[in-house]
Amino acid sequence: MTTAVETATDVQPFRVEIPEEKIDDLRRRIAATRWPTKELVADRSQGVQLDALQALARYWATDYDWRTVEAELNALPQFTTEIDGVRVHFIHVRSPHADALPLIMTHGWPGSVIELLETVDPLTDPTAHGGRAEDAFHLVLPSLPGYGLSGEPLEVGWDLGRTAQAWAELMRRLGYTRYVAQGGDVGAGVTDAMGRQAPEGLIAIHTNLLVPALNGPMPTHTDEERAAAVQIATFQQSGNGYFVEMATRPQTIGYALLDSPVALAAWMIDHDTDSYIKIARAFVDGKPAGNLTRDHILDNITLCWLNGTGVSAARSYWEAYGADAPAAGRQPLPPPTIPFGFTTFPGEIWRTPRSWVEASYPNIAYFNEVDKGGHFAAWEEPQLFASEMRSAFRSLRDEGRSS
Amino acid sequence: MSVVTETEIRPFNVEIANEQIDDLRRRIAATRWPSRELVDDPSQGVQLATMQALARYWAEDYDFGRLEAKLNALPQFTTEIDGLDIHFIHVKSEHEDALPLIITHGWPGSVVELLEVVGPLTDPTGHGGDADDAFDVVLPSLPGYGFSAEPNEAGWDLGRIAQAWAELMHRLGYSRYVAQGGDQGAGVTDAMGRQAPDGLLGVHFNFLDAAPRELLMAALNLRLAFSDEDRAQFGKFTAILRRGYIAEMGEHPQTIGYPLQDSPLGLAAWMLDHDADSYVKISRAFLDGQPSGNLTRDNVLDNITLYWLTNTAASAARLYWETGRSATAAFKDPPPHVKLPVAFTVFPGEIFQAPRHWVKKAYHNLVYFNEVDKGGHFAAWEEPELFASEMRAAFKSLRHDRRSS
Repeated sequence: MTTAVETATDVQPFRVEIPEEKIDDLRRRIAATRWPTKELVADRSQGVQLDALQALARYWATDYDWRTVEAELNALPQFTTEIDGVRVHFIHVRSPHADALPLIMTHGWPGSVIELLETVDPLTDPTAHGGRAEDAFHLVLPSLPGYGLSGEPLEVGWDLGRTAQAWAELMRRLGYTRYVAQGGDVGAGVTDAMGRQAPEGLIAIHTNLLVPALNGPMPTHTDEERAAAVQIATFQQSGNGYFVEMATRPQTIGYALLDSPVALAAWMIDHDTDSYIKIARAFVDGKPAGNLTRDHILDNITLCWLNGTGVSAARSYWEAYGADAPAAGRQPLPPPTIPFGFTTFPGEIWRTPRSWVEASYPNIAYFNEVDKGGHFAAWEEPQLFASEMRSAFRSLRDEGRSS
Repeated sequence: MSVVTETEIRPFNVEIANEQIDDLRRRIAATRWPSRELVDDPSQGVQLATMQALARYWAEDYDFGRLEAKLNALPQFTTEIDGLDIHFIHVKSEHEDALPLIITHGWPGSVVELLEVVGPLTDPTGHGGDADDAFDVVLPSLPGYGFSAEPNEAGWDLGRIAQAWAELMHRLGYSRYVAQGGDQGAGVTDAMGRQAPDGLLGVHFNFLDAAPRELLMAALNLRLAFSDEDRAQFGKFTAILRRGYIAEMGEHPQTIGYPLQDSPLGLAAWMLDHDADSYVKISRAFLDGQPSGNLTRDNVLDNITLYWLTNTAASAARLYWETGRSATAAFKDPPPHVKLPVAFTVFPGEIFQAPRHWVKKAYHNLVYFNEVDKGGHFAAWEEPELFASEMRAAFKSLRHDRRSS
């Protein structure tokens, strides 16, 4: 294994080490939770249900062990490097296969690098996971500014575009001159921005959330298109309070997210109906969907709690979508001309039709609709997700060889 | 007291256990704070310096006994209506001809916001008014708020509350009365106006709750002249619909319930972040010790402490969910018009200053309209004397009708 980390700007190895007192304090706070009464409905229509959250809290305080995921993180090569004034944390796993294609994958909200951990092996070591050596990736998994183990921005202006620029700089520092990028949720926003900025070396992007569909109306000529438009409208009318609050008042909700573990957990599992139902079932019935297990869900929430990033992560919505942010009203750059790949996962907030992808990006290199997985595609179905990465980027890899 | 009805009305006293107060103090002291906002104004929400000043005052200087003492100084009762124990303050005037008035608070309020109007309304001669201006005052706590019980089934929307209020006034033996409200209280009072229960003579609002239906429909029909002033106010009005607290409480009140129940500062921040005018005033009270009118640190904390100690933040948030559902239903199936006399006062700091012709559009029988020079969303709380004098002026003509009948 060679190391590409030899650049002028300092890249330092990093390990997660959380003091025991912080974990004790977390347990104490969970035990001291003051609970509201039960919701008045038998479904999710008033939000996170009391039974689900109490089951989560019980498991969190008694059975959950943070040290397991801490060891998992520390078993991977982690680094930090300061970019544009923010300390960026990232995992960097090089494949044993020399010809591996460098891939930078960006998590979203309410996620972190935790949601991507199970894709590391299939992507970097495909021969051990039903793939071929030609499918290998060198993998870079950064923590968004203000999320997880990255530092939080100390000034306004860290919108999706600025993060995209930082990622290009990160890949340059790592010595990668030809690479691809991928993301879902906020990570899709960053990846879309990278595609538009087209930094040197970025040869293609893939997303599993269609960013332009959030920014304006899409065609509604076919049944499939109309169904997707209805799904977006439903989300906006009945499930996007978190989005509005974080886009307009991140500081206000920040107080509770920093002060109450159960508040943070409720806020984080209330993302979309599909993932909520899967996560609630994992805690209430012990029946997880794929890899969305109780422990994995709590790994992600605990990481956010221990690093106190509830407020800084919320601010990223203000930057991206807030009317008072510097980026507000700014016209997006023209769509990327580099090859674009997209995978529709059936449980995503809306089921993206191929026609919408074609309406959004001029250079479609790959489109596929798979049969399982939802908003947290990489987290829930890491093997399927990895196989999508292989298929999506295969043609580019061949071009790379022949050039 | 003249309350002789078949359904029981029980005297009520607030009793707060010391352990609850100790626990609250401990939690305030143990607050894990977020980093400071990245802007120098409220554009990212409630500012850290404000919250830290509030927390300091709350934990160190605030007298936790004052809430109990203030409430228990007034005659309080509970009575079961439609399955729920309703808490209310009921102060009868010494003047025999006093006009009964039921005032409904809103969110993030409680009866605490109405306490300082009791004196001027029930005892006008002691507050610069005439005996003819006297009111008997009824101040109920909304279901799920303060010391009222919380609904244990869905369906307690504004209309159902309005029916409960009519029953309450009936039980109190009032056969002729008026009603008033701002914020959600305006919604309840609007519903009372449409239901027009026996005995209700007229209503007064300091918030145009009827705007969502009437105004939007009027705008669609182009029957409403859109002047510059209309456009400015319409912009302020529609901005309400983009507020995070309304979106979250309207969609997922249970989710926001966890933060509000478990973190005193989480609750306080959520309650302070209502509208720009009141936030700036309350923030100044804590940072500079310069309250606007009666919106003092102590009064603001009385209200927050009430929410905390009664564990009602989640049940209070659920009213927005109910309101959202019934507003959607009302769009398809509009309720009857208000035919009763309507009075309206515009306070300059309110979220939007409803032009007279909007109010007239919503309420054809507009008998009183006035714009005053101070006060905001929490009009009764901030300017109790002015608010009381508006009540006197607004209901004067109805009082005369009453005498001649």
